[in-house]
Amino acid sequence: MDTFVQFTLTGLTNGTILALVAMGFVLIYKASDVINFAQGELLLVGAYLTYAMVVDIGLFWPVGVLATLVVAVVLGILIERFVLRKMIGESIISVIMVTIGLSSVLRALVNSVWGTTGKAFPAFIPSGQVSILGAEVAADRLWATVIAVLMLAGFSLFFRHSKVGIAMRAVADDQQAALSMGISVKRIFAWAWSIAFVSAAIAGALVANIVGVSGELAGFGLRVFPVVILGGLDSIAGAIVGGILIGLLETYTGGYIGHGLNQVLPFVVLIVILMIRPYGLFGQEKIERV
Amino acid sequence: MESGIFHTTYRADMALRQTPAEKVRVVLAVLLVLCFPFFADRFYLTLANQIGIAVIGAIGLNLLVGYTGQISLGQGGFMAVGAYTAGLLTAQLGVPWYGSIPLACLATAVVGGFFGIPSLRLKGLYLVIATLAAQEIILWIVTHWDAVTGGVDALVVPDPTLFGIQMNTDFRFYWVIWGLAGLTILVTVNLFRTHIGRAWIAIRDQDIAAEVMGIGLFRYKLLAFATSSFFVGLAGALIAHYRNIVTWERFTVDVSVTYLAMIIIGGLGSVAGAIFGAVFITLLPVFLNDAGQALRGVIPNIDTILPFAEQAAFGIVIILFLVLEPRGLRRIWDRIKDYFRLWPFSY
Repeated sequence: MDTFVQFTLTGLTNGTILALVAMGFVLIYKASDVINFAQGELLLVGAYLTYAMVVDIGLFWPVGVLATLVVAVVLGILIERFVLRKMIGESIISVIMVTIGLSSVLRALVNSVWGTTGKAFPAFIPSGQVSILGAEVAADRLWATVIAVLMLAGFSLFFRHSKVGIAMRAVADDQQAALSMGISVKRIFAWAWSIAFVSAAIAGALVANIVGVSGELAGFGLRVFPVVILGGLDSIAGAIVGGILIGLLETYTGGYIGHGLNQVLPFVVLIVILMIRPYGLFGQEKIERV
Repeated sequence: MESGIFHTTYRADMALRQTPAEKVRVVLAVLLVLCFPFFADRFYLTLANQIGIAVIGAIGLNLLVGYTGQISLGQGGFMAVGAYTAGLLTAQLGVPWYGSIPLACLATAVVGGFFGIPSLRLKGLYLVIATLAAQEIILWIVTHWDAVTGGVDALVVPDPTLFGIQMNTDFRFYWVIWGLAGLTILVTVNLFRTHIGRAWIAIRDQDIAAEVMGIGLFRYKLLAFATSSFFVGLAGALIAHYRNIVTWERFTVDVSVTYLAMIIIGGLGSVAGAIFGAVFITLLPVFLNDAGQALRGVIPNIDTILPFAEQAAFGIVIILFLVLEPRGLRRIWDRIKDYFRLWPFSY
């Protein structure tokens, strides 16, 4: 029972982090129909930027995080303006490959600036042990979860109530109609990329806080696919539920079965979901059968 | 002086090579491939062999992605199937290397066909993600099935010999690789003059229309996956016997991405494009390295920057091609040809 509670808690915290990464992914897909293979690298850049602001420059950490977010917004806008905007209306393979190219460039930049060896993250989140229901959880994980939940809630509200959020949904639904209503689709795309970059930067900082800053963070870029497919590619709620389910699945299989099965099982789930319900749990159903 | 190519018979329209200049170019290319090893040193021979393997793999992938329109990120996994099948057959069951290569191709075709099954229901980006999952699952099996593949340890393959002669020197294996590459080119070029190739192109252009015209989508999609994987498996099997050693690191998702980059930079839906792309991507790091060495005096810490410069250049090249010339090197080559053919009255 104790181990079960332990695994559940670990799984939940892992899951919220996955959900956070997945959310940036869903955001871009929702607003611009782009499958972003560079999501892991956005995470990497976010983590290293925070590291640079807090350690290399030596800012007080709230200021450092804020500065990171500002840089993230600028980077997001730049990427949209100079790379993704040219891809509007291109075929899927072109869009996918352009994000893959982007991921390669971002990874090279990060590696050349900060090197390839991992670094310890400045511990600005308390990292003791907290005991819940007799199970021990690291406090930094708990904090990460709390922040992630707050962010997820914030983004949900943003999409439902803010003007930009509603415009984003309009663009995602029908670009033509949105344009004729006076919404600037380019501006919305820029918004989507900068928000995605911000969420990736925060997620990157949170994850780096737990596992340290290293190139392995980019691996989240691939781990996010089972999450978004399970939850539905265009659903924020789906990203949350999918993230938590996959997080639990990974932790249970890793804990009870082992043999590295936790690395592959999400992908098996992915294939199964694609075969029986390609639009995921909460995604919008628009599959054309041939 | 000509202003274009005009056919007056169906035979001329169907011909593989349509102008005298094309025939001359093919002869020149074949002569180049035949003469190259007698003049090249070991470094360039190794490079030529790498290119040959990449050509086979890229043509295989282009069959699927460029001609049939089914985007696949599973290339690395399928190559791993080919390489491990060939390696294991030779190392553990004692099958001679020349026998293990076709068997490995068939095994890869079967695996490729199996992972092609989702293509019945999935299109576009969903298929990309499904093939990505295939890649991850295959690689996981390779690294965790210790009893057979040796897990993360390298699989050592005995030297291939033919009539008592050791074959895997750069010079001797060159003939194996480029012989098979030539065969691959010949088969695929002709494949698109048959009903199968045309069916694939029809599926790529409009799958619903293709089905209406009587093309069994599932059958032809599976066939595309199997045929493509057959050639990809060939590339993998050649790697196993050429390198003597099979490790999982050679077949990660990065490999899938590299091959996709080859066919995009070369030109989707074109055998020549796949060849151009394979040559370009294989030579890119070599050129960068040479450029880096030349700039050694100018930039002080060039050695630390170089590996990252390669990675960045790879990404930048992909982005630039997609933004500036989405139809790739093949299109650039066509434009150059047209310019000279129609000169001076091109308009």
